[in-house]
Amino acid sequence: MTHLPYIVASYGLAIGLATFLSVGAAVRLRRDRVRLATLEAARGGDRRSAREETV
Amino acid sequence: MSATPTLTERAGALFHRYANPGRFLRLGVKLQPWLTWPALILSVTGLVWGLFFSPADWQQGDSVRIMYVHVPCAWLASSGYFALAVCSVLSLVWRHPLADLAAMEIGPVGACVTATCLATGSLWGKPMWGTWWVWDARLTSVLVLFFLYLGHIALIRAFDDQQRGYRAAAILALAGAVDLPIIKFSVQWWNTLHQPDSITLRGAPTMSHAMLWPLLVCTLGFTLGFAAIVVARLRAGVMESRIRSLLSSPRRGMQSSSGSAVGEYAA
Repeated sequence: MTHLPYIVASYGLAIGLATFLSVGAAVRLRRDRVRLATLEAARGGDRRSAREETV
Repeated sequence: MSATPTLTERAGALFHRYANPGRFLRLGVKLQPWLTWPALILSVTGLVWGLFFSPADWQQGDSVRIMYVHVPCAWLASSGYFALAVCSVLSLVWRHPLADLAAMEIGPVGACVTATCLATGSLWGKPMWGTWWVWDARLTSVLVLFFLYLGHIALIRAFDDQQRGYRAAAILALAGAVDLPIIKFSVQWWNTLHQPDSITLRGAPTMSHAMLWPLLVCTLGFTLGFAAIVVARLRAGVMESRIRSLLSSPRRGMQSSSGSAVGEYAA
């Protein structure tokens, strides 16, 4: 392979970018899922306590 | 006046059927593994096939193996921008609530893919043409596409009023779509250093089948990967919108204060 560095650089770039984008998306998705679940759980708790106060 | 819905109204109703962010999240959860795993399997298969098992070109030698990453990236750069333009039409004509979010998420992924296309093209050009870059019609029009992606990314986030950013970016994406046929036909319209298309809809491919198959496998794998990343980012975007809506109306629960329909889904 006479042009090995160019080939390795191209594949490395593509694989690195794909890894960066997919790991970034997975981390963001996981973080948002946890945040949303926490917020909605808190909201559920708020509603329950408001209902208990009314009763 | 007739009560029969027009074609536009029917199309609008069809798109809005899938506009509910809660419904999209449920669909996204089901869709994600069907995109991610085939993308991974096909991409790895295609890259290994192209790198180790496909033949070298009689003229270019082993440098032709760069094609297995460069061509899928070039295809995705153009089709990603086409998807952006479709989202813009959905946003401007039907006010589709997910179209703006989709455009917001497609932009950065498309820009990264376009940058990779340009970089791998340079890495292919240096040993073949003896230069990293020429102001050739194909290369320049792809560079313009990259700047259009960057402009879209900047514009959609540039306004305090998010809806204004969405509108402005949608108009830019539509105006920029004129670059797509220029990219496609640049090698025919102008005398360029870049080689003409090897695969066309109207004729037989001009490359060997031993090279064509790994290229198609790579292209399919990369396309599914692009879709998987966009769906994952879009799911995250919908959740972030919901989080913002919950934080901005702490005591009112399910109502969005921003007026955005995206925040108003039934979780």
